[in-house]
Amino acid sequence: MGKVLMKGNEVIGEAAIHAGCYYFFGYPITPQSELVAYMAKRLPEVGGLFLQSESEVSAINMVYGAASAGKRVMTSSSSPGFSLKQEGISYLAGAELPAVIVNVARGGPGLGNIQPSQSDYFQVTKGGGHGDYHTPVLAPANLQEIIELTSDAFRIADQYRTPVILLGDGMLGQMMEPVEFNEKTETGDNFMKDWATTGTEGDGLPKVITSLDLNDVKLEQRNHRLQAKYRKIENNETKVEVKNVEEADYVIVAYGTVARIAHSAIEKARQDGIKVGLIRPISLWPFPKKIISDTSKNVKAILTVEMSAGQMVEDVRLAVEGKSPVSFYGRTGGIIPTVDEIYREILKLGKGVTS
Amino acid sequence: MKTAFERTNGLKDVDTHYCPGCTHGIIHRLVGETLAEMGALERTVGVASVGCSVLSYDYFNCDMTQAAHGRAPAVATGVKRVLPDDRLVFTYQGDGDLASIGMGEIVHSAARSENITVIFVNNAIYGMTGGQMAPTTLMGQKTATSPLGRSSAAQGLPIRVSEMLATLDGTTYIERVSTHDVAHVMKAKKAIRKAFDTQEKNKGFSMVEILSTCPTNWGLTPEESLQWVKDEMIPYYPLGIYKDLREER
Amino acid sequence: MKQELIIAGFGGQGVMSMGQLLAYAGMKEGKHVSWLPSYGPEQRGGTANVSVVISDKEVGSPVIDKPTSVIALNNPSFEKFEPMLIEGGDLFTNSNLVDISSKREDIYFLPVPATEIAKNLKMERVAGMVLLGAFITKTKVLSKDSLLEALINVLGEKKKHLIGVNEEAILAGENLIEKKLFLTK
Repeated sequence: MGKVLMKGNEVIGEAAIHAGCYYFFGYPITPQSELVAYMAKRLPEVGGLFLQSESEVSAINMVYGAASAGKRVMTSSSSPGFSLKQEGISYLAGAELPAVIVNVARGGPGLGNIQPSQSDYFQVTKGGGHGDYHTPVLAPANLQEIIELTSDAFRIADQYRTPVILLGDGMLGQMMEPVEFNEKTETGDNFMKDWATTGTEGDGLPKVITSLDLNDVKLEQRNHRLQAKYRKIENNETKVEVKNVEEADYVIVAYGTVARIAHSAIEKARQDGIKVGLIRPISLWPFPKKIISDTSKNVKAILTVEMSAGQMVEDVRLAVEGKSPVSFYGRTGGIIPTVDEIYREILKLGKGVTS
Repeated sequence: MKTAFERTNGLKDVDTHYCPGCTHGIIHRLVGETLAEMGALERTVGVASVGCSVLSYDYFNCDMTQAAHGRAPAVATGVKRVLPDDRLVFTYQGDGDLASIGMGEIVHSAARSENITVIFVNNAIYGMTGGQMAPTTLMGQKTATSPLGRSSAAQGLPIRVSEMLATLDGTTYIERVSTHDVAHVMKAKKAIRKAFDTQEKNKGFSMVEILSTCPTNWGLTPEESLQWVKDEMIPYYPLGIYKDLREER
Repeated sequence: MKQELIIAGFGGQGVMSMGQLLAYAGMKEGKHVSWLPSYGPEQRGGTANVSVVISDKEVGSPVIDKPTSVIALNNPSFEKFEPMLIEGGDLFTNSNLVDISSKREDIYFLPVPATEIAKNLKMERVAGMVLLGAFITKTKVLSKDSLLEALINVLGEKKKHLIGVNEEAILAGENLIEKKLFLTK
């Protein structure tokens, strides 16, 4: 197909279509609106369906309906709208329905602003809605990786019957980079969806999709089943990129676009002879605890960099369990940390200054 | 011996959880019978809502999916839009679900003329949660959250959903019926059939609002409840067809 | 080789599309590129800027803190980005729209009368192409052919007739640099 220059938001849309997703329900919000517009244009061209809902709440429930009927389906939003979807995501998790939900995150809390942010980490990785559940979260750092991870997201959703979140930020959504799509597109037909409510015609007794169990014993059984599934996902679907960690004195943990900026800072530091490595969680849940734990035994300090006031750093500290000092550097409000700022934080590590 | 009456195949052979004298059971039967008579059970997907009818997925003898509170029309939109046209999709919602928390979803699915059928059960109160005020609670009606009786100053005025939705260009068939006596039950069934026929012929949004009872939370006997529907509810919620564009569409 | 360019001006001056042309041309040359706009309400009449990275290596940060080049299309953009330029960097302005001069001794200041040149070509809208012609000639980051190819791609069949005047604009920009028709520091 060759390389094409596309905006991140549009790449997500095309990647979804390539992954066999022909149904999209969405609502406009900056900085993800290009994705909604792209789907509105592209899906009818490929025989799919785009519907603009009256609200984020409706969109996620339309997704619930389409997923109930066994179709690969997506919705997308940005932080404030994503919060509105959390109720629906809890229902999807409870009813074990596969779907992919995109969050092109922006500054918060409240209406915040439209600049890039990573301050939705807690709400995407810790369940977000009510009840004991997790959603797998994939966080691409560049536009080519969006294609790979969108395909992964649909596969994970279908394989484990779970909603999956694709987490980016305004920068990833708005930027352009060359990307290359596979000639071949997926269908998702390899997943048997004999649980789907499509009418009983030809398949026996009526099926029910619900997250309700008024009987406490049965609801606990359902929870056990969900937890067993989450352990399986933790074992099979943890994804991480590791660079120059083997002989490193210091390691930066960062994800998404911030990992790119951190990488530039690391290169600068290495030119100065400072041995710094990078751990980039690609799946934020399941979180790559093991590699961080193992690495922490061999390094002098770990620095976590985020576009937040410090969210992922909590998971890093849990993984490190005190085996090395963990410091944090973050910018909030839509401000992107610069290469120089991160470089200065690396220098502080050498002086034993941790924040 | 000739069989005069039997269970409908439209409902599963199970006991329901509804209170004595509640007309949900009758309405379930009317919907189930209609789908069975249309030969549509195997190609129907129902959407249960939140409220007393939350467990309706255990009663209807067809595929069922259960929606979050108020969101049934959105879920039904998702189901209907991705399945082949011969699939019938209906929601079964109470007045708290449809007219309060789900007002946005019902209005917009009606405006889009989603080709779905909405069974709207109006008993002027929240039943499942124990008798709180609904948007359809009548003036002066005492509930757990309007203990002095609903007043316009304190709680505002009841919403007439059928009349309101009929003003939307997207709606095709809207009728309000009642279940307080046999004649009205038979009329209700006809309305339900017309609504599903509307969908079957791809003519767009159809809704039947069915006035129903709640003896438990109204504090009345089943007989008194039926009388209350007739004497109190129908004057405020007049029965009749509010929209019928089946021929035009 | 790595060029980190910020193009800045008012919304509607074609800042975003200028950046996009360069990114596209870079991609066609097999280089690594990224294009990152300032986005939001500021697109509608306020100041707008775009960061374009063109590199032989994978692009790390698409955010540019220390541009190697700046193209400023109005005074506020000049004031904002001139101090950020690296030592030895190139500062291009549309001198018909920017009436300030750089006092920095450690950069190349390249005021290009782009609007005037474009007017002489009877199409004011090609002022941006004059600047891009100057930019690629001075920095040697891309070939003129790649830029033209990008242009043909963007214009498409419908606006094919505009290729000629755009090419002339690019040539005029190139000419300015080659003949050193302005002072550099």
